[in-house]
Amino acid sequence: MVRDTLTGSRIRERRMIAGLRQADLARQVGISASYLNLIEHNRRRIGGKLLVDIATELGVEPSMLTEGAEAALIATLKEAAADAGAVAAEVDRAEEFAGRFPGWAEVLAQEHRRAGGLERTVETLSDRLTHDPHLAASLHEVLSTAAAIRSTASILAETGELEPEWRDRFHRNINQDAERLAESSKALVTYLDESDSSEERRGVPLEEAEAFIAAQGHHFPALEAGGAVGDQKLSGLSSSAAQTIAREMLGIYLADARAMPLADFMAAVERHGIDPLTLSREFHVDMPAVFRRLASLPQGALPQDVGLVVCDASGSILFRKSIPGFALPRYGESCPLWPLFTALNRPLVPIRRRVSQLGRTAGEFDCLAVSWPQEMPGFDRDPVYRSIMLILPVPTAQTGGEDAQPVGSSCRVCPRDACGARREPSILSQGF
Amino acid sequence: MSRRVMLVEDEPNITEAIRFLLIRDGWEVETHADGTDAVEVISSAKPDLVILDVMLPGKSGMEILTELRARDDLQGLPVLMLTARGQSRDRDLAEKAGVSRFMTKPFSNSEVLTAVRDLHAQATQT
Repeated sequence: MVRDTLTGSRIRERRMIAGLRQADLARQVGISASYLNLIEHNRRRIGGKLLVDIATELGVEPSMLTEGAEAALIATLKEAAADAGAVAAEVDRAEEFAGRFPGWAEVLAQEHRRAGGLERTVETLSDRLTHDPHLAASLHEVLSTAAAIRSTASILAETGELEPEWRDRFHRNINQDAERLAESSKALVTYLDESDSSEERRGVPLEEAEAFIAAQGHHFPALEAGGAVGDQKLSGLSSSAAQTIAREMLGIYLADARAMPLADFMAAVERHGIDPLTLSREFHVDMPAVFRRLASLPQGALPQDVGLVVCDASGSILFRKSIPGFALPRYGESCPLWPLFTALNRPLVPIRRRVSQLGRTAGEFDCLAVSWPQEMPGFDRDPVYRSIMLILPVPTAQTGGEDAQPVGSSCRVCPRDACGARREPSILSQGF
Repeated sequence: MSRRVMLVEDEPNITEAIRFLLIRDGWEVETHADGTDAVEVISSAKPDLVILDVMLPGKSGMEILTELRARDDLQGLPVLMLTARGQSRDRDLAEKAGVSRFMTKPFSNSEVLTAVRDLHAQATQT
């Protein structure tokens, strides 16, 4: 049933909500009850003055009766039906349902949205469990120790006659494991407490190290002045893994700062602008080093913000410096259309693309990307590449003049249906 | 006729407890704590059954199981897998790799004994 034929159903619904009898409403608008009955059962079309009169009597806008429930509500209902899988909902009657029972439809839509939110939470937690090596190792330690204690205790409790040496050995084992369990449980609780209380999403070492770099504004004056990485205070990082990652990041920072001293680099940028190719030639460094250097300059040194993202050959994001308007998800969810990933297919070939990321704050960005071998491969060994992408916002005055390639952040929140790279359905409707 | 079990587990106290249980139940038990060469050790020992931990140093239990199933002489070897990760995805992975039985830690001794006896009985009947 098409939408504009459901005006009658909506009139009936609204009349019942208003507590009016069919005969009363018919009299108020000057028609017979039998004619109103035909209208309410969608057997007569209605429009013009009669529609306005009925809407006035029911206290609603005429469009509420002709257009019915919001398209978003209907879309949500259809999405809920699709997600229900085996349950055969009458999808073709979603509009009729929303028109006749707007309250129930809204309840159903709200519950569907709530379920979606909960699923995302579960996904995030599950993702964290999978990707957080510290958490996984801690849980494994606790469960393995518990298994050892349970097994040993059962032997002691259930074995009738146990040789003294075996008994003593198992007692010792239980004692050792009990101490181990106490320590590992305590460490786990401390870890989870810290994760929950921190404003940053701590716990995942990579994210913790990244948050540490971001907290310093991606700039380290002490290293610029020739200081050593070892002098940097990393005690705020809770795990040794995060400290190791942060040290590696700072080591790369230091090497870049030595190769491109701040004053010289700023002067070169002043002369050439943000031109990575020219800058790399001038300082005899590779393109990724220039990208990193541009992203590590002091706040306000450049006339515009720059974003940076690095991934490995599996597509896992290793580092992000975010920039307003360009969402950078972490876990295997990024849009495969990003030039960052295109560059992986063309190692050592610099790629420049103007892109537009869809969303509420859609803007255009010039993305410069290049992939390079992580280390010099040995003979008969395949190189392992990393890719880096510099993200430069395009001034509003310059947007729209060139065909910007539309990209997303991740499939789940990308509204573009007609996308060959889509991995999974979006939770948004087109035009969000 | 002796029944022989190879226990591949890196937690010494779990190893000791399971070993004790199985010996009391009449099994001959060999143990190994490293994943790296586990396939070669199993192949050489030719046990009647393997108890295999998932998280092992050197090579994971999943990898070991996959390699065992790829070998003609070890395809039918009963493998009881022990893991602290009880997620359904891990169970699915293990089943796809050809596990005979999957058990999550912490387990009870009777569960282990029952599983070992059942798997051995099934293997000898076929």
